[in-house]
Amino acid sequence: MKKIEAIIKPFRLDEVKEALTAVGVSGMTVSEVKGFGRQKGHTELYRGAEYTVDFLPKVKIEVLLPEELLAGAVDAILNSAQTGKIGDGKIFVTTVDEVIRIRTNERGDEALR
Amino acid sequence: MQINSGDTAWILTCSALVLMMSIPGLFLFYGGLVRTKNVLGTIMQTFVVVGLISITWVLWGYTLAFGPDVGGIVGNLKWFALNGVGAEPNPDIVEGIPHLAFMVFQMMFAIITVALITGAFAERAKFSTFVVFAVLWSTFIYSPLAHWAWGGGWMGAMGALDFAGGTVVHISSGISALAAALLYGKRRGYGRDAMMPHNLPFSVIGAALLWVGWFGFNAGSALAADGLAAVAFVTTNTAAAAAALAWMFTEWACGGKPTLLGAATGAVAGLVSITPAAGFVSPGSAIIIGAGGGILCYAACNFKTRMGYDDSLDVVGVHGVGGVWGALATGLFASTVVNSGGADGLFFGNPAQLWIQFVSVVATMVFAFVGTLLILGVLNATMGLRLSDDDEQMGLDLSQHEERGYSW
Repeated sequence: MKKIEAIIKPFRLDEVKEALTAVGVSGMTVSEVKGFGRQKGHTELYRGAEYTVDFLPKVKIEVLLPEELLAGAVDAILNSAQTGKIGDGKIFVTTVDEVIRIRTNERGDEALR
Repeated sequence: MQINSGDTAWILTCSALVLMMSIPGLFLFYGGLVRTKNVLGTIMQTFVVVGLISITWVLWGYTLAFGPDVGGIVGNLKWFALNGVGAEPNPDIVEGIPHLAFMVFQMMFAIITVALITGAFAERAKFSTFVVFAVLWSTFIYSPLAHWAWGGGWMGAMGALDFAGGTVVHISSGISALAAALLYGKRRGYGRDAMMPHNLPFSVIGAALLWVGWFGFNAGSALAADGLAAVAFVTTNTAAAAAALAWMFTEWACGGKPTLLGAATGAVAGLVSITPAAGFVSPGSAIIIGAGGGILCYAACNFKTRMGYDDSLDVVGVHGVGGVWGALATGLFASTVVNSGGADGLFFGNPAQLWIQFVSVVATMVFAFVGTLLILGVLNATMGLRLSDDDEQMGLDLSQHEERGYSW
């Protein structure tokens, strides 16, 4: 079992969601997050007072999925989230020890279906 | 005495418009500029001023400002608690409208002047001390100044022109704001932390309400529904428009983007600038006065960030600088062709008027600055002006009022 955490540009969220659903991903968790990478922040000016805003708004998608779906899901995110401009985000993939569906006590791949 | 129903209807309507400038106009303008944790405390300061000054004006504020003159300095206490101020016009004050209508119109000016100062010590003032300050400042600074200019005092007798409150309202609040910003000191983290406005739509709605309410402020100061009111209405709108554009184009030309906060602040700067001149100048002059106000106040707000004092919401830069410019500009552009009851300014062949305006500006500045330093100095030694560091960190809303503006 694998977990994908993808940090993406907020306006690509709908495309990424649809692409992931199309390759068989059945659920995801989305959070609004802030951060910076190479893109850095931006400046804002209020009546001549300049502020540097370091943290930019991004969306983080977390997806848990069986190993056989991983390659397709990663491609789906790459294809749908990429704009080619700096700040497109990153994808992290990790291995997950256990998944349990709270309603039924199902474990492992059973809980992911 | 005959009551003129048209004039009376107009002045009562204008009184309501001027109250609208404070609530909700000014509290939205200021409330949007502070951080989330201080939104209620900021609104509360203006709201409680409406309560406090409404009462003190009835009890002693009005008679100190407009009661029978004592040495050109202040009114006496003959009309304490509005004793003798009734539904009949008082021809010594103004004909055609009930004395009470004039009183309540002036009350709304007294209210907003105190409320304007709160921008200087936003996000760090102890509420209990502020309540006492509001009453003392209105009593010992505002009432005498209103008397000097409008209540039969020395400044009006000297021939100083102040149509709707350039010295009384804007220079006085702007210069008192400077004294307050110096005594209160900077907010914790000023210059280091980002202290960005939390809700600019609030602020722009507030500025828009100020613009609309200002027609009551300036056109109402004709004290009749007549041609002079129409002059003041037109000069007011013209100056606000010119200043909004002037600020926007100036910041654009200086390498920045044209900002909405800039355009809205510019409009307020223009309204401040035209206030003393509104009933004395032509619409053409109003364009120059407004545009000048927009550019000067833009420069002043930028200058502040380099000066180091924390006049948090730019009361000095907008009301102080705009007020001084407007009062002096009245001495340049005033014309008896526009208002035969006024005077000619420098550009209409009467350089003496500029000198009179200058004297009224300096006198107002010195009196308001020194008086505010004294009041706040005493309060600082007795009650303390500022929140504790912990409370300031927590914010006005929770530390002073135990409530919050937004639950999320």
